[in-house]
Amino acid sequence: MKIPTQIQGLEYVVGDASTIERMLEVPRLKPFSDEAVNFLDSLSKILFNAGRGYSDVITFAFWCRRAAVMREARNYIDACVRLGRGIVFHSTPSNVAVNFAFSFATGLLAGNPNIVRLPAKDFEQVRIITSAVQAVLQSQSEMQAYVVFVKYGLIKECSDLFSSICAARIVWGGDMTIKMMRESPLPPRSTEITFADRYSLLIMNADAVVAEKNMARCVRDFWNDTFFTDQNACTSPRLVAWVGECKEEAKESFWSAVKELVRKDYKLQPVQAVQKLAAMYRVALKENVQLVGAEDNYVYRLKVDKLDVGLMDYKFNSGFFFEYDATSLAEIFAFTDVKCQTVTYWGFTKDEIHMAVEMSRPHGIDRIVPIGTSMNFSLVWDGYDLIRSLSRIITIE
Amino acid sequence: MFDYDTFWTKPPFSLNSVDKHELLTSALVDLSKLHIAHCEPYSRMMKAIGFEPEKANGYEQIPFLPVSLFKEFKLCSIPEESVFKILTSSGTTGQAVSKIYLDRESAARQQKTLVKIVSEFTGAARLPMLIIDGPNVIKDRAMFSARGAGILGFSIFGSDRTYALNEDMSLNLPAVQAFLEKHSEQRILLFGFTFMIWQHFYQELRKMQETGQRTGVDLSNAVLIHGGGWKKLASEQVSPEEFKSCLEECCGLHEIHDYYGMVEQTGCIYMQCECGHFHASIFSDVIIRRPQDFSIASIGEKGIIQVVSVLPDSYPGHSLLTEDEGVLLGEDNCPCGRLGKYFKVIGRLQNAEIRGCSDTYAEGLKSGK
Repeated sequence: MKIPTQIQGLEYVVGDASTIERMLEVPRLKPFSDEAVNFLDSLSKILFNAGRGYSDVITFAFWCRRAAVMREARNYIDACVRLGRGIVFHSTPSNVAVNFAFSFATGLLAGNPNIVRLPAKDFEQVRIITSAVQAVLQSQSEMQAYVVFVKYGLIKECSDLFSSICAARIVWGGDMTIKMMRESPLPPRSTEITFADRYSLLIMNADAVVAEKNMARCVRDFWNDTFFTDQNACTSPRLVAWVGECKEEAKESFWSAVKELVRKDYKLQPVQAVQKLAAMYRVALKENVQLVGAEDNYVYRLKVDKLDVGLMDYKFNSGFFFEYDATSLAEIFAFTDVKCQTVTYWGFTKDEIHMAVEMSRPHGIDRIVPIGTSMNFSLVWDGYDLIRSLSRIITIE
Repeated sequence: MFDYDTFWTKPPFSLNSVDKHELLTSALVDLSKLHIAHCEPYSRMMKAIGFEPEKANGYEQIPFLPVSLFKEFKLCSIPEESVFKILTSSGTTGQAVSKIYLDRESAARQQKTLVKIVSEFTGAARLPMLIIDGPNVIKDRAMFSARGAGILGFSIFGSDRTYALNEDMSLNLPAVQAFLEKHSEQRILLFGFTFMIWQHFYQELRKMQETGQRTGVDLSNAVLIHGGGWKKLASEQVSPEEFKSCLEECCGLHEIHDYYGMVEQTGCIYMQCECGHFHASIFSDVIIRRPQDFSIASIGEKGIIQVVSVLPDSYPGHSLLTEDEGVLLGEDNCPCGRLGKYFKVIGRLQNAEIRGCSDTYAEGLKSGK
């Protein structure tokens, strides 16, 4: 097959049209193949240096080093023969810097050649990772036919091309991007994994907050789940629900610590202040809410008396929270619907959470993780087992 | 309820800060009560933030609504049958526009206020008026665009109203020449929207001059009033200073007043004085707010512009937060002699680039404005 060398608006960042032609031919690899693991380990080594100062790049470097990858590999020992499905076409979100790297690494670990559409926005992190990938490809040239990075603003002609030759398409970036990507047909045997718009929650044990000695750390964890991505990642909690006896006391000490950190470290752009105010009024027009503790524009808290999934349709960000006093964990879980992705928690034991899940049997929730770890990438994401979804089984009897 | 007559009897730039504060506070608190009683959405919003008008002891404590809400919701404090006119903001097709509901009295009051303010600059007599726009801009009277409403509003200052442009926005040079000839000995009034003047009037005249044509357009006896904002011109990198100097060079125009205003508070516009400062009249005021906490910025400090006006009694638009950035330059001490606050408008707030995993298309659409 001949791949056009040039399409208006398409930029090849790593590899080129001829690389894609070779991709069609190269052997598929086994999941966690030596080739893939070596490649990622070399990448990791470069990034520990080159990514200094970028916590998200360093996180990726930790995640893709040999020891970490091999630990993951233990979850995938099965008797059958598995191989990569074929070319994976990744469309990654335009405004998160490092997500593309995790998506790419996953495709490679599953045994596939990858065409990765990079974020539209210019991130220094993207440049660092891209040049590290290029450096590794210099020394491990046999991997070249497994890696193509491209950049384009959703031009249908480009999506059509990459979709027409892929065995699996991974679409990040939410409902609108998915809708646009679906305009480009896939071959009949190809599969698709889509990451749609989701919402997330935080559950807090008020009594644990009151007893906490290291509030600064707790608040930093909260920051990582929220303000670090402008509270606009699908994993960022929009609702903070409190369980326990001393709720008011806990809120006071938690939010005042949050505000202290946010005032210091968060850059609030003037237009965000206006939009947040508008967002608050928009909710107030339809729902019964009460604005609390709003002495500045960094953190908006809207107290609600009733949990309703409709609240989660009011999408706002950069420090905009619904807050609810709950009677139990089960009550909170029970209200979720299929769009609920991550629940972060603080001050509960795993057993307590297990019990509450079994009691409430919720429609939603893909993962329940400790505060501060909502962004930690995992090979099972949004309920998809990515390695198994991106590989296939050869049955031998 | 306060009496609007209190305002009519005073010249529009005659109150010092103390007197004005007292007058505006009582009027704006009354308006807050009125809208809470008659506009259910407004009362819901005030309830959510726990605002009680009787507890406000200065108009700066009255909450402000972001203007964008008027694009999304019907905010109206009068019964359906009293709606006389709906003003809409200008916007390209498909884009949400603000809708402002007026009854007969509030519409008349806007007009009256505009006259009071503008005649401070043009004098009480009507002047022959050249409108730098096409005659079709005011044709659809049922749904007023901001441009149409502005032109109709200002028309009251003019006699022998003549449109300088054709329906297709090309320059109607013969009409302009005939108008100028007819009124060659008189002071004349020019009115239009900043971008229209630049694009369809100035640029055209300039082109003719460059090809050696004599246009015969001498505007040295004219006063130009223009508004509508600088966003489009800023994107063509034309500064207010350049706008002025180009017009002067091209057709001898030296008396030029920009004004700041918005459809959500039609009538009480902020006129630019001889010193180039926008002035708040007794009917309205600006408060510059700090983005971090909406506290009041000091003189000389950049912030978000809040506008208050005593005119809106048919819709809850008496206190609004704009998306514009400005600086308060002073109060009661502008060299031009007018009392009240005077300020500078810097422009639209910059769009935020936020992170997150859902791609943002709405932002892209907005910037296409």
